[in-house]
Amino acid sequence: MIENLNWPATLVFVFFFAVVTVMGFMAARWKSGPLDVLHEWGLGGRRFGAWITWFLLGGDLYTAYTVIAVPALVYAIGAYGFFAVPYTILIYPLLFVAFPRLWAVAHRHEYITAGDFILGRYGDKWLALAVCATGIVATMPYIALQLVGMERVIQALGFQGTGIASHLPLTIAFVILALYTYSSGLRAPAMIAFVKDTMIYIFVIAAVVYIPSQLGGYGAIFDAAGAALDKKVAASGGKIAAGLILKPAQVTPFITLAIGSAMALFLYPHSMTGILAASSGNAIRRNAIALPAYSLVLGLIALMGYMAHAAGIQVANPQDAVPQLFLKMFPSWFAGFTFAAIAIGALVPAAVMSIGAANTFTRNFWKAFVNPNLTPASEAGLAKIVSLIVKVGALLILFVMPTQFAIDLQLLGGVWMIQIFPALIFGLYTRWFTGPALLIGWAVGTILGTWLSWGATAWTPASNFFGWLSFNSYNGLSSVIVNIIIAAILSPVLRGSTSDQTTEADYQDRRVPA
Amino acid sequence: MKYVLLLIPCVLALCTPLYNGIDPRLAGFPLFYWSLLLLVPVSALFILAAYKGEAR
Repeated sequence: MIENLNWPATLVFVFFFAVVTVMGFMAARWKSGPLDVLHEWGLGGRRFGAWITWFLLGGDLYTAYTVIAVPALVYAIGAYGFFAVPYTILIYPLLFVAFPRLWAVAHRHEYITAGDFILGRYGDKWLALAVCATGIVATMPYIALQLVGMERVIQALGFQGTGIASHLPLTIAFVILALYTYSSGLRAPAMIAFVKDTMIYIFVIAAVVYIPSQLGGYGAIFDAAGAALDKKVAASGGKIAAGLILKPAQVTPFITLAIGSAMALFLYPHSMTGILAASSGNAIRRNAIALPAYSLVLGLIALMGYMAHAAGIQVANPQDAVPQLFLKMFPSWFAGFTFAAIAIGALVPAAVMSIGAANTFTRNFWKAFVNPNLTPASEAGLAKIVSLIVKVGALLILFVMPTQFAIDLQLLGGVWMIQIFPALIFGLYTRWFTGPALLIGWAVGTILGTWLSWGATAWTPASNFFGWLSFNSYNGLSSVIVNIIIAAILSPVLRGSTSDQTTEADYQDRRVPA
Repeated sequence: MKYVLLLIPCVLALCTPLYNGIDPRLAGFPLFYWSLLLLVPVSALFILAAYKGEAR
């Protein structure tokens, strides 16, 4: 089990893990407030200024899975994996424009989740339930993939095992995470995010300076990667589309995947939690300016897929490319440091995701349908328990399902998540749409998106829309367009509830000019 | 004006055929990579401009 362990790397890894564990438990007393109230436990009391929000959102959106999966995709197929860069360019103008409005209305009416806003705005608890269910279903496999990221680096440390024992370190790490999330709430990942992000910046800067100096510079790295990818295409008889630039058929999937992913990202419960925990609309605006720093880091991390080619790393599973690259290029202790950064990088989003899912389950399902008379204290108590259940569920997904299934589910999760875009984002601006019409649009979009993705052998993210298009388009984007059209046409017909808690003034946050 | 400033980086990011090439290279980076990586800080500058314009 541990006979092949890389001890220097493991010791460094365990040290940093212990540090963040202590921080996680101490976080309960940071910016302290009564933790038996849901918005204190689940939103940190909305006291996070621009700086804390920057670390928290950065730690939350750029996850361990991203750090493993994006370079893995670049390693496997090249330029297409770089869609993450235009994707993250698109998200910040949207964050800047729309989310201070959402923050303002949420602050005024004490909304904690997207579902709360939907219920207040449309007076339709079924639409709120649809938003809640979409969020939870899309989040579960995402948490499971954070564990996959963590497991990759634990294996790279040399840990071996069979059966249940193979998941032992991961289970221990996750139990610790579950306990301090339970006691400290959102304050724990917010505090740990400082450590995580600092470590990621250190290892990325080290990697992008040091590794190319060892491999003959960036020109040589790109040349070697291009040759490796061309060889792969030739070996497959041209069936695999890969290369240093996009093949013509890849251009529209690349563009539509970037647009669709950008539309979906901030709808996830964990993004919502990070945004609503900000102390002001202005803190969100300033983050839209400063968060692209992480996108640059992500772009550089993506290039590590090419560095792995140039370093001669040959792995069957592309997700092992980056860990193996670090083991080969760096001294053991520094490889341990980078692995710790990635593993801690899994803890922050996993914690925020479970908190986001717990918040929406408590508010939009339990309180709305089961027990409307929940006291604030029992509301917070329930959310804490649910955050534990969500984490156990994610762990079980990983134990009983093949990893590929979790990856497919996460891809589908994006297709599902984007379907609440019209209800949430358009709802911030216009009163044209009604609850029942949006609910039908959501249902059609969800079914259509799933159907389009249903391939013969695997889930496919892009399709030509039953042959109607002359090019391939991301299924999430195609199906949400149908969703929007249906909701827009049906809205004048299906009036539904006219109850709307919000007024135009509620959407304006009081802005303090910088 | 605010919306125009915010739209520019989005449109540029999606003009994929314009940057889907190898040459010209910059510091060894093919066009595809250096143009996308350069666009990230440029997009932040556009958002900053929108922010300054709004605050005024």
